[in-house]
Amino acid sequence: MRELLRHPPGIAGAVLLALVAVAVLLGPWLAPYDPQAFHPAARLQGPSAAYWLGTDQFGRDLFSRLMHGARATILFGLGATLIGVAAGALIGVTAGVTGGWVDSLIMRILDGLLAVPDLLFALLIVTVLGGGVQQAMLAVAVAFTPGMARIARAAVLSIRTREYVLAAIARGESAAWIIGREVLPNAVGPIIVEATIRVAFAIMIGATLGFLGLGAQPPSTEWGLMVAEARQFMFRNPFVVAVPGVAIAIAAMGFNLFGDALRDILDPRRRR
Amino acid sequence: MTPAYLLRRLGAIVVVLVIVSLTVFGITMVLPGNAAVMILGEWATPEQLAALEERLGLDRPVWAQYFDWVGGILAGDWGTSLRLQLPVAQVVGDAIANSALLAVTALVAVTLVAIPLGMLAAIRRGTGADLGIGLVAYVGTAMPEFVTATLLLVFLAGPSVALFPAGGFVAPGESVAGFLAHVALPAGTLALVMTAHIARQVRSEMTDVLGSDYVRAARLKGLREWTVIRRHALPNSLAPAVAVISLDVGYLLGGIIVVEEIFAWPGLGRLLIYALENRDLPVIQAITLVLALVYALSNLLSDLVIAALDPRVRYA
Repeated sequence: MRELLRHPPGIAGAVLLALVAVAVLLGPWLAPYDPQAFHPAARLQGPSAAYWLGTDQFGRDLFSRLMHGARATILFGLGATLIGVAAGALIGVTAGVTGGWVDSLIMRILDGLLAVPDLLFALLIVTVLGGGVQQAMLAVAVAFTPGMARIARAAVLSIRTREYVLAAIARGESAAWIIGREVLPNAVGPIIVEATIRVAFAIMIGATLGFLGLGAQPPSTEWGLMVAEARQFMFRNPFVVAVPGVAIAIAAMGFNLFGDALRDILDPRRRR
Repeated sequence: MTPAYLLRRLGAIVVVLVIVSLTVFGITMVLPGNAAVMILGEWATPEQLAALEERLGLDRPVWAQYFDWVGGILAGDWGTSLRLQLPVAQVVGDAIANSALLAVTALVAVTLVAIPLGMLAAIRRGTGADLGIGLVAYVGTAMPEFVTATLLLVFLAGPSVALFPAGGFVAPGESVAGFLAHVALPAGTLALVMTAHIARQVRSEMTDVLGSDYVRAARLKGLREWTVIRRHALPNSLAPAVAVISLDVGYLLGGIIVVEEIFAWPGLGRLLIYALENRDLPVIQAITLVLALVYALSNLLSDLVIAALDPRVRYA
């Protein structure tokens, strides 16, 4: 943690993430207005003392909507990544530990799935499951699984032949004990780094699905959906699209910077 | 680079395509409502449905349908679009051409902008220029395409500015100026994200190379700095950049989906969204396969280019 504070991009990432965390945890209490309340006298206004970031086409306060939408947007990214990492780690560790034809088969299938772009994969799955937040979250998680499985397998392979694992095998420990106590704790570093950066992608894909009408549904204040709903009015008040758009970028940038810093710190070869 | 290596890589691509085809076929199989329901609509009688299902072969076992479909694709018969009532090969073919125009324009723009930017950042390391390029790179990777596209529209295509059309397509054969005006914003959106990746990669690679012994030797020989960079540093920094560009082809294939939809560009991405909305299964299957094939081929191509750029790399 102390090293993180000596890493300038890491500090920037931590600051951005702190902002995002405040919005997620305290958003509904920080919002001055009801996010759905119409203010017909104040439609499509720029920032002012009454409406800090301006108002949308119905006169709804953009700052209040932003604060309420933080949960939908960020928790989506965290949830999708968590499921994808868990599934990917399970598959990757299984492949890496088992080896042999099981490993080859799993890797060939993963290679095939990796040839489909994440967004396309997510779109195909959402088409099967139907639109909606949970379906979209599952779709992004499934789309992330092959990539995570690859990284987990690579991490396991680099550890499998270390002396302490061989020692555990020689002691006659059970496979579950070796995987759970020797392999996983040492493979977890690269997985955490990749997961942190993936959260940024998950947030971006989630917002994209919301934007395309396949993720969060109205009256949600998910940020991608906010951009989609306000697009018709963007020439009259650019803030209606810029506010949620920049918010998505800030959140994604926070996770990116933080993940890069974690990688530099956890990987001794990159340490300067 | 032996012929055996090339054959093995092409074989791997075939395996990838088989897996993708199984996956997409499986996905379209579990979709509610089959092709017969799509064609006849929800008011069809069960007898009509059964008759059409028999004609389309939908009453046969799943594996037989899969082999029929794959066999058709290999024979050049990609089926018929359920919505557009046109051959899939024709619909998708037109879209591929339009998407390729967009993608190639974006890639050319990126190569022209990102490599010099990355070089500049490496040469002027630690200065304002370096920090500025780094910052833009971070912002670029953190903005989803729909945000970048929307912001570009607001600031460059609004009624008060109107520098560019807000969407649409003009074939370059019709009017080169019209094509460039229409392609600028969608290609710019795609290029921004890729510029961020590639400029960062070139910067880090070039920084390593500029600190190496042979660059020091070249400087001590009394060569001008520009000659050192052009003749000694640049060629060795490019191979990793090519690797990133090819990875970005994968990104590009996802990015065009949203960008084409926003800018009403009649390519694969827009067609895919249309097909997904209308459950046009043959079109969805064809587009997924095409995208996977392009991605696999671009990976192979990048390995070949890297081998050509870096004599130390040998594939056997």
